[in-house]
Amino acid sequence: MMTTTTAPPAVRTPARLAGARFLRHRLAVLGLVLLLLIILLVVLGPLICRFPPDQIDLLARSQAPNPVHWLGTDQTGRDIFARTLSAGRISLLVGVLSTLISVVVGTVLGALAGYFGGWVDNLIMRFVDIVMTFPSIIVLLTLAAIVGPGIDKTILIIGLLSWPLACRLVRAKLLSVRELEFITAANALGASDQRILLRHALPNVIDVLVVFVSLGVANAVLLEAGLSFLGLGVQPPQASWGNLLTAAREINVLESAPWQWMPAGALIVLTVLATNFLGDGLRDALDPKAKH
Amino acid sequence: MGLYALRRILISIPILLAITAIIFTMLQFTPGDPLDAYIPPDQVISAEQRTLLKQQLGLDKPAPVQYLIWLEHAVHGDLGYRIKNGQPVGLELLRRLPPTLLLMGAGMGLGIVLGIFFGVVAAVRRYTALDNGLTLLAFLGISTPPFLAGLLGLYIFALKLHWFPAGGFETPGQGGVLDIARHLILPALILSLLYVAVLMRYTRSSMLEVIHQDYVRTASAKGVATVRVIGKHVLRNALIPVVTVIGANIANLIGGAVFLESIFSWPGTGQLYLDAIDARDYPMIMGTTLILAATILLANLITDLMYGLIDPRIRYT
Repeated sequence: MMTTTTAPPAVRTPARLAGARFLRHRLAVLGLVLLLLIILLVVLGPLICRFPPDQIDLLARSQAPNPVHWLGTDQTGRDIFARTLSAGRISLLVGVLSTLISVVVGTVLGALAGYFGGWVDNLIMRFVDIVMTFPSIIVLLTLAAIVGPGIDKTILIIGLLSWPLACRLVRAKLLSVRELEFITAANALGASDQRILLRHALPNVIDVLVVFVSLGVANAVLLEAGLSFLGLGVQPPQASWGNLLTAAREINVLESAPWQWMPAGALIVLTVLATNFLGDGLRDALDPKAKH
Repeated sequence: MGLYALRRILISIPILLAITAIIFTMLQFTPGDPLDAYIPPDQVISAEQRTLLKQQLGLDKPAPVQYLIWLEHAVHGDLGYRIKNGQPVGLELLRRLPPTLLLMGAGMGLGIVLGIFFGVVAAVRRYTALDNGLTLLAFLGISTPPFLAGLLGLYIFALKLHWFPAGGFETPGQGGVLDIARHLILPALILSLLYVAVLMRYTRSSMLEVIHQDYVRTASAKGVATVRVIGKHVLRNALIPVVTVIGANIANLIGGAVFLESIFSWPGTGQLYLDAIDARDYPMIMGTTLILAATILLANLITDLMYGLIDPRIRYT
């Protein structure tokens, strides 16, 4: 038995370890529930809202939240509640679609690099290194300034700048899978590279991709918000969480009409928070050996 | 150390070249005649002069040659003229750089100090309510984009509580170090949030790893005071991976500074950049992109060198 007079570092008893795991797990569950609630709210938006998101009502300008307009109105009398939910549909769409693009590009390049190795690997990974050193937000803004705003362009730009992480994860996974016996066995049985890669090797990367998708969507939602906030992403009249926040760049809206920008801000934080919780939980659940 | 440093420096040169090549390629896709970037807008010139100037500047040559010419100009600090007011891009950038460096330096310093401090607190009081609370706050910090944190901070601490001025670099007619500091605190604190959140998480988990090492137990068993064990034996070794995290987040720091400068009317490079984007002032956009990218690259290089300095094992791998 070790006894010390100084405050001993807390012992890692199995109960405590389980407690910590439970907490992490609970956060992931909380994240999932929160995310489902947000998606439900946003998708069912048109059924709940009493006003269309673009309906201008000059008699009801800049109203504070009231029984008719639950979250108040903006400077042209549009219903903030309806606009925030409609914005959510676009923001989540941009997040999901751009992440899909980065998953596809990242998986294809990562699979080629990880499976074939050698000069293919070298070429692709040096390219990834360069793209990863890029100050992504700066390149993102500059690119957006050149190609101009729009939903489709926003999705493409975010997707084409976010794939390197997926590529690295897939490659790392395939490098270890490649050495396993069932791949050797498939090889010995005379299976083609294409068959081994698609049927035997690639299914193993699904767990890393699941984690990447959840964290990638969070990141994409943040990037869209930033771009649209500056007027470089989704353009009004179509609302997005980012461009709803643009209203707050005017100091009088920021100060005296917080209902116009706070709901969008709160939903961005909640969505990203929920997705991060979920991603963290998934990582712990799918790969218990990984740290953090 | 010398060889290691040399290798790191050599590696970053091709990356910088690749970045300039990509910036140049993007420049080719911007609307308008690239020649206009070289002519102060208040100057009226004839068609013959334009052709002559085009030849002089090499704009009639194929793109790769043009790239080399552009690179040579950029190396000499000649980044063309602003479309907006005819000012040389390089000069304007130089003028706007100090406030940005001040904001970024303050944000980074605050972030490192607060992040490591809270990380140590969370590790020492691990699995307690305090630790869980800090973890939750860190998650909140990671999930809040800097511009939203900036809007909230401005709303709460400047407009409602009146603790800080609502933006700007100094009070007109007043100035002085104290006045600038008063304007600096709020945006710098908000900029530091991301660093605080990320560094806290890393310091905590890194400390938890070190805390179970044999030499820590030996120190404790020898009767070394806890504060000394934590400070000297645990923290020092735990900080090694933390240095990487500091470097890896430089790009986020710069991105955050760009947004915050706009929200707090901070007269730095970021605001200049966003103004240029608003006005579609392409020479200015490209100049700023180049400077910011080079800054990030330089910061990464410094981190790598620091890493080698702190952990001698790195140099030999």
